[in-house]
Order: sequence, then structure tokens, then C-alpha cells
Amino acid sequence: MASDVVRADMVEATEFPHLVSRYGVRGVPRTVVNEVVFIDGALPEDAYLDRVLEATLHPSPEERR
Amino acid sequence: MGLLSESDRRATQDRLRAMERPVRLVHFTQELECPSCPETKRLLQQVVELSDKLSLEIYNFQLDREKVAQYQIDKVPATVIEGEKDDGIRFYGLPSGYEFATLLEGVVAVSRGRSELNPATVDRLRALDRPLHLQVFVTPT
Repeated sequence: MASDVVRADMVEATEFPHLVSRYGVRGVPRTVVNEVVFIDGALPEDAYLDRVLEATLHPSPEERR
Repeated sequence: MGLLSESDRRATQDRLRAMERPVRLVHFTQELECPSCPETKRLLQQVVELSDKLSLEIYNFQLDREKVAQYQIDKVPATVIEGEKDDGIRFYGLPSGYEFATLLEGVVAVSRGRSELNPATVDRLRALDRPLHLQVFVTPT
């Protein structure tokens, strides 16, 4: 809601095993950002955002295509 | 989680009273090869009965290709929480257990037009000019 360029999905891991294997999900919650940053567990908001924003250091999936 | 008990219904109804503006659940489903599709659709149909500020639109993933493209849906069941516009929030799969509460929180937040993020977080997000796609993997509790 805070940004027009952020999309966020909740994904039920047991229903989408192909994604679980693609992203190496072993424990939940696992957050995958632009397919390049992986955050395991729950973090305090600032720390979570720091990790999420690391994804901006890489080309986004849209830019990679 | 397909059928809400009477106490679940009451708790959900109470939670949804915090809504302000109307919210639409835009739901994508299909008939075959989707084990959780029927239950997810039934659950959402029950939920929207509990608030007149909440409505449900159902699209077929195979047939409604324009809507699928518009909302960028790539798997089902999928549920978009939409207020005045698509804020980019999707639930993929059956929102059961703890995730059901998360769904309701999402509905209320979109309806109120504000999240509970810190101002610093909001500032950092507003400054973003590159797309971010977050996928949070969860399991039923």
C-alpha cells in the first residue's frame, strides 16, 4: 500500500510445491524478493525492510527479461 | 477451514466492523486440477456475507484471460484484495489458520487506506523507483 511499485504475495507452500523447490523453501516464513533476496523467519520491521531493499541492488525480474 | 463455525463467523464479523471503505476480493479459480479451489471459493463466499462493505468477484483462470493479465495472476487459487485500486496484494492458496487472520487484516488495512508501518518505512518505500515483488511462503497452522 505504501508504494505503487511493490507487489506482495502470500503463498501457501503446501499447494505450490514447484515454487517451494524453485526457491528452496525449507522453513516458513520465507520471503523471496525479486527472486534474488531470501529472508527466513520474521524480523523487526527495520531489519526486514533493509533486507527487502537489498533486492534493488540487482536488476528486477522485469528488467532481466 | 472451508466452513466457518458459528464462533468463527462472529469473530470474523467483529473483525470486519473495523472496515471503512468498500473492498473487493477479486478471486481467480478453476474447475479442474486445483484441489484447494472449491474450498477457497466457499470460504470467501462465506466471508463476504459477513460485511456489506466486502464483495467478491470470481473469475475463471482458464477463461477470463483479460482479468488474469490485468491482475498478473499466474496460479490458482488467487485472491486480490482491492480497495480503490489494486495495491498489489495477493493471496495464493487457501488462507487457513493464521493466514485467515492475515487476510482479514489485509482487508481492513486496504479498507482504511493505511498500513501499520512506521513512518520511516513508508518514506523508504515511497522513494522506491524499481519494482519489488515479495513472495512470502507460509504453511497452514
